[in-house]
Amino acid sequence: MYGFESMTFNIHGGYLEAIVRGHRAGLLTAADYNNLCQCETLDDIKMHLSATEYGPYLQNEPSPLHTTTIVEKCTLKLVDEYKYMLCQATEPLSTFLEYITYGHMIDNVVLIVTGTLHERDVHELLEKCHPLGMFDSIATLAVAQNMRELYRLVLVDTPLAPYFSECITSEDLDDMNIEIMRNTLYKAYLEDFYKFCQKLGGATAEIMSDLLAFEADRRAVNITINSIGTELTRDDRRKLYSNFGLLYPYGHEELAVCEDIDQVRAVMEKYPPYQSIFSKLSYGESQMLDKAFYEEEVKRLCLAFEQQFHYGVFFAYMRLREQEIRNLMWISECVAQNQKSRVHDSVVFIF
Amino acid sequence: MKKKTKSYAHIDWSLKLKTKQKANTREIDLDVLSRDGKLTELTGRESMGDVRGGCCPPMDLFRSEPMQLVQLIIPMESAHFTVSYLGDLGLLQFKDLNSEKSPFQRTYAAQIKKCGEMARKLRFFKEQMLKAGFSPSTKSVAQNDIDVDDLEVKLGELEVELIEMNANGEKLQRSYNELVEYKLVLQKAGEFFASAQHSATAQQREMESRQMGGESIETPLLQDQEASTDLSKQVKLGFITGLVPREKSMAFERILFRATRGNVFLKQVPVEEPITDPVSGEKMEKNVFWVFYSGERAKNKILKICEAFGANRYPFAEDLGKQALMIIEVSGRISELKTTLDAGLLHRDNLLQTIGDQFEQWNLKVKKEKSIYHTLNMLSLDVTKKCLVAEGWSPVFATKQIQEALQRAAFDSNSQVGAIFQVLHTRESPPTYFRTNKFTSAFQEIVDAYGVAKYQEANPGVYTIVTFPFLFAVMFGDWGHGICLLLATLFFIVREKKLSSQKLGDITEMTFGGRYVILMMSLFSIYTGLVYNEFFSVPFELFGYSAYACRDLSCRDASTVGLIKVGDTYPFGVDPAWHGTRSELPFLNSLKMKMSILLGVAQMNLGIILNYFNATFFGISLNIWFQFIPQMIFLNSLFGYLSLLIIVKWCTGSQADLYHIMIYMFLSPTDELGENQLFPGQKTVQLVLLLLALVSVPWMLLPKPFLLKKQHENSCSLRVVSCVL
Repeated sequence: MYGFESMTFNIHGGYLEAIVRGHRAGLLTAADYNNLCQCETLDDIKMHLSATEYGPYLQNEPSPLHTTTIVEKCTLKLVDEYKYMLCQATEPLSTFLEYITYGHMIDNVVLIVTGTLHERDVHELLEKCHPLGMFDSIATLAVAQNMRELYRLVLVDTPLAPYFSECITSEDLDDMNIEIMRNTLYKAYLEDFYKFCQKLGGATAEIMSDLLAFEADRRAVNITINSIGTELTRDDRRKLYSNFGLLYPYGHEELAVCEDIDQVRAVMEKYPPYQSIFSKLSYGESQMLDKAFYEEEVKRLCLAFEQQFHYGVFFAYMRLREQEIRNLMWISECVAQNQKSRVHDSVVFIF
Repeated sequence: MKKKTKSYAHIDWSLKLKTKQKANTREIDLDVLSRDGKLTELTGRESMGDVRGGCCPPMDLFRSEPMQLVQLIIPMESAHFTVSYLGDLGLLQFKDLNSEKSPFQRTYAAQIKKCGEMARKLRFFKEQMLKAGFSPSTKSVAQNDIDVDDLEVKLGELEVELIEMNANGEKLQRSYNELVEYKLVLQKAGEFFASAQHSATAQQREMESRQMGGESIETPLLQDQEASTDLSKQVKLGFITGLVPREKSMAFERILFRATRGNVFLKQVPVEEPITDPVSGEKMEKNVFWVFYSGERAKNKILKICEAFGANRYPFAEDLGKQALMIIEVSGRISELKTTLDAGLLHRDNLLQTIGDQFEQWNLKVKKEKSIYHTLNMLSLDVTKKCLVAEGWSPVFATKQIQEALQRAAFDSNSQVGAIFQVLHTRESPPTYFRTNKFTSAFQEIVDAYGVAKYQEANPGVYTIVTFPFLFAVMFGDWGHGICLLLATLFFIVREKKLSSQKLGDITEMTFGGRYVILMMSLFSIYTGLVYNEFFSVPFELFGYSAYACRDLSCRDASTVGLIKVGDTYPFGVDPAWHGTRSELPFLNSLKMKMSILLGVAQMNLGIILNYFNATFFGISLNIWFQFIPQMIFLNSLFGYLSLLIIVKWCTGSQADLYHIMIYMFLSPTDELGENQLFPGQKTVQLVLLLLALVSVPWMLLPKPFLLKKQHENSCSLRVVSCVL
């Protein structure tokens, strides 16, 4: 069906595509970031942001600001936009939009479960959850003692239920289990999302499969690096990789046996798209890898806007906004803690 | 005399500045400008002469006001006053001289932050007032000017007071709401327990009576056993009572069931009216629930689930007597709290009332203050840091007013030196400014919505005043409706003074803003309505009798053969006899369509002629020869000719088919016209017109871009040469 989207896409998706492109125009530019980096206090940041689209969300905050308030308000804006788009969306776009939030849902579940394991207050944990990944009975997660209970009590009602089929065990929850659960869920989620996008076909499938493949590969690399030196067996590690992406299947075989970061590097450099990322890093370094991956992701997400009549723009926009909020958080933290020299360490310019 | 001394002061002061050389060059520039200005003025007058046609007031609206770029050098101490007065005047558009600086690096960033903070407090008050059901009073309290610093302190105090009051009130409100919920639980659960006990005792009594009546064969063995085990191994069941939001009640029940594997007994009773939730303070619908469970683990789970669902739990005594006591106690405390709460609310309302009285004034003050500082941020700081330099555009006529404002500001701020006002010469294109009044402004806005004319370009707004309402009326055309419209707009115009100071709704505001447009539209509609002879779609014999009548009295053949003309032609507009006839629609359609073509062609011609005025005004002969003339020829050889044919057809009453003529003028221009011929030599005329139209297309499109390109190249090479020299 390639090429025919331009005939019918606008019937249902035209309005929202226009909306999302309008929102994209409101993303902070490099000039904005330069100005933000020069701020002396959080009030300066607020003042600068008041000239951007964040203005109405920050204007009613009394003056001694905290980083958390800024981030909270900025996230609120994203959530409001998302909710508006979800309200206006028709099938299959609404399902697509819902898929975007499942990642946050997984993170929230993991956050609450880990929190209760360490005996934190549930309400405190709820405040830390990402608002996009909230569902009705999320607070009840605290009741569960093991994964089977977790699934049977709460998650069976949520869209995450099918992803759980692979990780239902009666073992008690502990940090390791939870981390494995997160990655298993994420794997199932990414594969499901990938399948869904393939089903949509056309430009959406093409662009989204690229973006999701990148996401899957990044997760594979991260899992590998994080599991080096832990008791996770090779087979278990292999099981956590998503079954698509550029690295699938041969890259996964090689990653599964990696023992240190340089081996990972050797594997990744066989793949031309990732060569550039690793060529920026010096040997044995993994600190800057996150930033390098983020930069590459932002570049790919921006490219999604170059084509019209597909759903990838929604995904790209949400991701870019999240990156922007991460940037704002980093800048605000640096300003608040008087560490302005480190501002550029983690900020990823979007434009 | 006073003025003279002032100007001397200016000169003295300007000598102090170290920008002497700059000032010199500017003076030279000034000379050039004044010469240029005169020149353009002269040409402007000449071209306007033929348009104006000896009309008395100058046509301000036709060309935008002549503008000048002015520079103000304002001493620091009087800057605030100066900008404030200039803002009141509204005749100067400041240029942003600090565009490369970010907002917080500018001179007055701190003050703007302060104003933003005050605005935030005011918004907080407004929100509080809205919650309490007050609206800020619209009557402006005539109070002498408030100082900004005082206002800031006052707002801060009020905010603290209000927040404290809210906090106290909230605490009370919370406990009050909790008590109300508790009372509900006591009532509802009490009812249940009473009825349950009643039925239980009844059952027991029945059982006992059965046992008393001897052991008959019918008595089921199991039941007996059951009853006895029940008595011997009585399990202590615990229970929890509370309230849960109704929309969550289903999920609540489901999770409870799943968490305890069905080993609970849950009973819910809806509360009829929505009650205020103590935690969030919002009204919501709730259910009273009570859960029976067994065992400590189940209890823990249920407690956690209750917490997760935001279900408030309340202790409940099993004993009926205790329940009654509790209810009495709770009711007593509720009434106590109620009086305290009311007193607090009254106090708060009083405070909000006092805020509300002055709210508008404060709001205005803060807004003004903020915009003054925003403007001040656009000015650049002089090297000596003692004065601010402003640049801006102002219409030439406003020079005097601006100077007066500057003097007033210097006087009011007790400044030693006044501000310096000087005109700069620039190559930049000035902004467009039309001096409109309450009548013309709405029309100008309509034109601006399509596009703002360039500086000194001919303004179609002048013609819009007539053409826009008239074209509306051509479509509207009904004098009954026109009168309705007229009455509505007259209402707005008569109450203009009162309404303009008032805040109106969105739609009313728009209607009110366009009241003069609507007035013109209604007047024209009455006129066209008379032409169409329609009063709520009913014709009237206003200007005499219809010219047509039936052939005989019975009027039998009126719809077959038609009417005959008996009198003179109906003097004005459409003959009422047309109404309701079989041929009414074709007749009126043809009339209105042809009229629309004539009006449209006239309108297009006017647009092109305006182009001509612009070309002569700016002295661009290229536009006349390669744009205006071919456009004129193209338009008039096709559509102008059609208009001519329409008029000829009207005058001669010919039966020619104009569609046919126009279509075959292109398809087969050499064919004979036959019965469609309207005048002799028509074929030759058409051939010539067609050729002209064909020629004018490349004439219009081709030469201009090439000539412009050549001009550009010439000027480029000239610039290069001058640079080399």
